[in-house]
Amino acid sequence: MSAELDSLYQDVILDHAKRRLGAGLREPFEAEVHHVNPTCGDEVTLRVHLDGGTVADISYDALGCSISTASASVMTEVLVGRPVAEAETVLEEFLAMMRGKGAYEPDEDVLEDAVAFQGTARLSARVKCALLSWMAYQDAVTRAADPEETR
Amino acid sequence: MSTPTAFTLPGLLPELEVVRKDFPILERTLPGDRSLVYLDSANTSQKPQCVIDAMVDHLERHNANIARAMHQLGAESTEAFEQARADVAAFLNAPRVEEVVFTKNATEALNLVANTVHLQPGDNVVITEMEHHSNIVPWQLACERSGAELRWFDLQTEGEDAGRLDLAGGDARGVIDENTKVVAFTWVSNMLGTVNPVRELADRARAVGAISVVDASQAAPQLPVDVQEAGVDLLAFTGHKVCGPTGIGVLWGRYDLLAALPPFLGGGEMIETVRMERSTFAAPPQRFEAGTPPIVEAVGLGAAVRYLGDLGLENVRRHEEAITRYALEGLATVPGLRVLGPGIDAPEGRGGAIAFELDGVHPHDIAQVLDSRGVAVRAGHHCAKPAHARYGVQSSTRMSSYLYTTPSEIDALVEGLEYTRSYFKLG
Repeated sequence: MSAELDSLYQDVILDHAKRRLGAGLREPFEAEVHHVNPTCGDEVTLRVHLDGGTVADISYDALGCSISTASASVMTEVLVGRPVAEAETVLEEFLAMMRGKGAYEPDEDVLEDAVAFQGTARLSARVKCALLSWMAYQDAVTRAADPEETR
Repeated sequence: MSTPTAFTLPGLLPELEVVRKDFPILERTLPGDRSLVYLDSANTSQKPQCVIDAMVDHLERHNANIARAMHQLGAESTEAFEQARADVAAFLNAPRVEEVVFTKNATEALNLVANTVHLQPGDNVVITEMEHHSNIVPWQLACERSGAELRWFDLQTEGEDAGRLDLAGGDARGVIDENTKVVAFTWVSNMLGTVNPVRELADRARAVGAISVVDASQAAPQLPVDVQEAGVDLLAFTGHKVCGPTGIGVLWGRYDLLAALPPFLGGGEMIETVRMERSTFAAPPQRFEAGTPPIVEAVGLGAAVRYLGDLGLENVRRHEEAITRYALEGLATVPGLRVLGPGIDAPEGRGGAIAFELDGVHPHDIAQVLDSRGVAVRAGHHCAKPAHARYGVQSSTRMSSYLYTTPSEIDALVEGLEYTRSYFKLG
């Protein structure tokens, strides 16, 4: 019975849900966004700090289920330290996987630990949990690059 | 999985296994040959065969638009639609059939009221902190439009009064005063299962000349709703929670009050006459039923409330109480589980929705693990974010039983929660 659960709750995910890498809101940052999953109420406040075209820091305060908090943690691990353009490639690959209903073959070299969410992509009800912090990151980077849009 | 046990509890519906056979969906299995344990009836109830058959028969044999088609099918369809109105009037013990307005759902019924009751600066509207969003947001919008003030009774979360409204505190603050135009509240909380003292609240409204608006979405499925005995002015409920289909809801209102309200949506069938400059409007209920209504859905709703009437709402209430008591006892055995809401011995009784928290596991993850065992519950804020905020939680897990729920299904839930704890390694 737990095979299907185990494909969702992979060790990587349960581990990140506990460790919450990068959690907490830090200075400096160029943009802060607040995203909510209206169906379940999960929330994330997320800041990005860009330094010379590099994602220097992603800090966040997340309230939600294990999938959404693990996703924020994994994202931090995978994206921080990369050039913004490269982070964009990872983001695109992650979105493609999450929208692929489990049929998409993700590039593990690009996604690293984030590939663990392939099991989540099969469960339409949980896709938004995994996407929450990634969409917040995308929003924050857009705002950081164009301060006019920062509220 | 747990095997259905034959044991029974005092208060359960007689012949429960026979009643369950009325609901074909309860027979289905889920992948892995697991039985369905449906504990999400406060979200939507399952449908008995008689409702499904009534709708299929209407579509197969009587389908036509109503109130305008000058042919035999049109007459049959109109008669079926109006019979459904009469069935609903009987279900509510309404003095007049014309007091029953068909809407899309309870949300539309409440919006209808919030958009037609006259409000102005200086007026106030009183709601409660335990409302579903559909009885909060329309009033926020109405107050923003009109300049009226929005007030509310607080929800208590501690001790004997946990899950109940702080009526005494509200009275002390003078929440309801001579400028109150509307007192809108839920009869039964969709999150907490609290049963509110409807008559008492309606009397408070009447004492200052305000109208009472009751959200009976959770009450209508599980206890006798008698609008005359309750002494309320307007009352809304939705079809899909009373064994009927989606797409149809009801606004009941005292006739004189409905007759004094202006139209909500404009269009066909709600007019008396139309000239290019202006129109005059039909009497209730047609005044509030612009456009082609949900005809087959009304037919299904009529069959549903007749079905509930045949079972007897008093019997349904006793069944819900017995199952709820059994569930609260079972949940109390799960370590780290906290129920949000009143105890079973609350003075007004308790509805069949039980929201709870389990230490160390997010509700979304609880629902996922339970679902893997065929147990369907709801996780989230249940469209009651302010009530969750008052409890200091973001979300909760909610089990909700109904007239077809068995004690062994509650056992499956409790076993599933134990399994959830072990899956997430909580000792």
